[in-house]
Amino acid sequence: MIEWFLWVQLAVAVAGGTLAIILGFVGWRPNDLTMGFAGVVELLLIVQLAVTISAPLTGNQPTGSLIEFYLYLVTALLIPLGAAFWAFADRSRWSTVVLGSAMLAIAVMLYRMSQIWFIQGDGS
Amino acid sequence: MRRGAWVLVVVVYLVLTVAALGRSGFQIATKFSEAPLAYSLSAFSAVVYLAATIALIRGGRRWNVVGWVTLTIELVGVLAVGAVSLNEPALFPDDTVWSAFGRGYLFIPLVLPAVGMFYLYTRSRKEART
Repeated sequence: MIEWFLWVQLAVAVAGGTLAIILGFVGWRPNDLTMGFAGVVELLLIVQLAVTISAPLTGNQPTGSLIEFYLYLVTALLIPLGAAFWAFADRSRWSTVVLGSAMLAIAVMLYRMSQIWFIQGDGS
Repeated sequence: MRRGAWVLVVVVYLVLTVAALGRSGFQIATKFSEAPLAYSLSAFSAVVYLAATIALIRGGRRWNVVGWVTLTIELVGVLAVGAVSLNEPALFPDDTVWSAFGRGYLFIPLVLPAVGMFYLYTRSRKEART
C-alpha cells in the first residue's frame, strides 16, 4: 500500500459518497455525476489491487495479515458493481443514496485496509 | 419516504451482513483454534444478519416472522455478548460484531435491531390495513 495513494482514494470515496447521499435525499436520480464517482472509486480500487500485488515484490510488506487485506479489497471491488446494478434496475432517487452509501462503506473498508497494512502487526 | 426507509434499512443490513460474513469466514478459515467461542459466535451472528436481511427484502407474512425472530436474536445477542465481553474479556479474546455492544462497528449493531423492528412494525400495520 502506498500512503499518498490511499489518501487520494479515501478523499474521492468520502467526497463522492457524501455528495451522492445529499443529492439522493434532495431528489436526484442516478446520473453521470454520481455514477461517475462510483466508477472512479472502482477504478482506483483496481489500481490499488495492482499496487497491492506489486508492492511486496519491491519490499513494501504489510505489517498485518495479507489474506485479511485481500478479503477487504476483493469485497470492496464488488461493491460499486452491486450499487451500479441497483441503480440500473431502479432509477429512483434512492439509488443515488445507495451509490453514496456504497462509496462511504468503501471508505471505511479502505481505512481498515490501511490499519492492516501499516499498523496491525504480528501478521505474516 | 416509505420506499426510502426500506432502501436505507436494507442497505445498512446488506453492509453489515457482508462485514459479518467476511470477518467470520476469515476468522474460521485462518485461526479458529485461537478463540473458538468468539469465532463461532461471529459465524452465528453472520447467518442471523443474512436471514434478517432476506426477511427485510422479501416482506410478506412469513418473512415478517423470520424478521421478528432474527431481530430479537440480534438485540439479545448484542446486549448479552456486549455485557459479557466487557466483564469477562477472557471469554472473547478477539472481537465479534457484538463485542462491547458493537463498538467496532460504530455501535450500529446496537441500534439496528431496534430500527429494523420499528420498520417491521410499521410495515406490517400497513399490510394489515390494505
